[in-house]
Amino acid sequence: MSPLLTVENLRVSFPTRTGEVNAVRGVSFTLGRERLGIVGESGSGKSQTGRAIMGLTPGHAKITADRLNFDGVDLLSASKRQRRDMRGKRMAMILQDPKYSLNPVMPIGKQIIETLRTHESVSGRQARDRALAMLEAVQIRDPERVFDLYPHEVSGGMGQRIMIAMMLVCGPELLIADEPTSALDVTVQLEVLGILDKLVAERGMGLIFVSHDLRLVSSFCDRVLVMYAGRVVEELPSANLAAAQHPYTRGLLNCLPTIGSHRHPLPVLERQAEWTQ
Amino acid sequence: MTGTALSVRDIVVTFDEFVALNHVTMNVNEGESFGIVGESGSGKSTLLRAVAGLNVFESGSLTVAGRSYSGSRRDKEFYRTVQMVFQDPYGSLHPRQTVDRLLLEPLAIHGFSDVDARIARALDEVGLGSGFRFRYSHQLSGGQRQRIAIARALILEPKILLLDEPTSALDASIQAEILNLLEQARKDRNLTFIMVSHDLGVISHMCERLAVMKKGEVVETVSVEALEKREFSQEYTRQLLVASEGFRRTA
Repeated sequence: MSPLLTVENLRVSFPTRTGEVNAVRGVSFTLGRERLGIVGESGSGKSQTGRAIMGLTPGHAKITADRLNFDGVDLLSASKRQRRDMRGKRMAMILQDPKYSLNPVMPIGKQIIETLRTHESVSGRQARDRALAMLEAVQIRDPERVFDLYPHEVSGGMGQRIMIAMMLVCGPELLIADEPTSALDVTVQLEVLGILDKLVAERGMGLIFVSHDLRLVSSFCDRVLVMYAGRVVEELPSANLAAAQHPYTRGLLNCLPTIGSHRHPLPVLERQAEWTQ
Repeated sequence: MTGTALSVRDIVVTFDEFVALNHVTMNVNEGESFGIVGESGSGKSTLLRAVAGLNVFESGSLTVAGRSYSGSRRDKEFYRTVQMVFQDPYGSLHPRQTVDRLLLEPLAIHGFSDVDARIARALDEVGLGSGFRFRYSHQLSGGQRQRIAIARALILEPKILLLDEPTSALDASIQAEILNLLEQARKDRNLTFIMVSHDLGVISHMCERLAVMKKGEVVETVSVEALEKREFSQEYTRQLLVASEGFRRTA
């Protein structure tokens, strides 16, 4: 079976007054119907990789790749219209903070229906039923009530579940989650991850999980890509995190304080210039 | 025998109808590092802000170094003893002031004379050379900004440092550097820390005792050793502990 997504030598650069900033510098990977984690610190290019696949990179940026292929469609040569048709329908993206990614002046149910009716011709009645079913799938207790609420009337954890519902309502094949739980409380985080995990497994989607939290990603994904300065420095099966070879990955794992380990001072990451080569 | 550095008794803070802190009591010993954990909205930041005089408390008492304070009035003497570091280094530094000016302000307020030497020393201490002295905060990274915020708090040589999620806006690798810096400062100056975080890993690394807060109340105060041995009584503490260990797939 051919992979769902093939990325070969992806580069994203932004022209600025002081020269070109290379955010992503030659990233390659393939994704089947699996859970792939991308980990890195801020500025490592992990989010820009996700955005380039979605086609959400700002217009002035330059994207090149040897191949950027989604289920037989060449994303680089696809027209804006084609990309728009795919976005939301076949690939979807969950953003970090529901406070900013939901429309504040539109009721929640209406936003979900908007996504659905953009891509499918369904009657108002059907659309409403599907939106309610989706809200129920993300374990919102009283979907009828929540349907008419505005985003500011729900909590962060509920907002993120609504975001997940909105992204999954058209049944995408690829889901990119960019720090989906970083804005949430620790206890709520697990709940949202549990829901996401269940839906991804049930629907057989491919998932790219972008996060700065190596431990969280490794407990959630099958495979982890570690990015540093726009490149993938290491690829690991999650079960094998302890066997990480690259000093950056090892440093990242090491510098986290954990309960029960007494290391004073904490080991810090010594950045080497050759990692960026 | 160490005395009590700071004690909070039966503090109540309300915002209109909402009770943010409901009769909270906390005792912190001299030289101790005390942690506060809880989910957002549990009142952990409000507690710190009430101590610092940024939120008014309606009833209860606050005693710092043998002196009592009430409401939100704090004198200069209080701020010589207690300083605070905030969560967001992007929001807590004045965007149009240089580092020099930022560090000068507390010294000017408290009438210090040898300002030049103090600023240079404060910068050295947080691991930023004098090259950073005339930069603006937008020219610094998040970690460097947090170092400046720490330098600003330490420059008055306080006894107690209030830390409100000092590393939660930072990358994991930068977090380790800042935590080490704080520990070193505490060792060198025999400081008392009160640290708020939602990350039990960070709290157990930095603190000796911690209070678990939920819905404006302290539900439990345990020592870190007891936490490690799972010797606590509250279900909520267990939930936080499980959450800190990462995601587990349930079959």
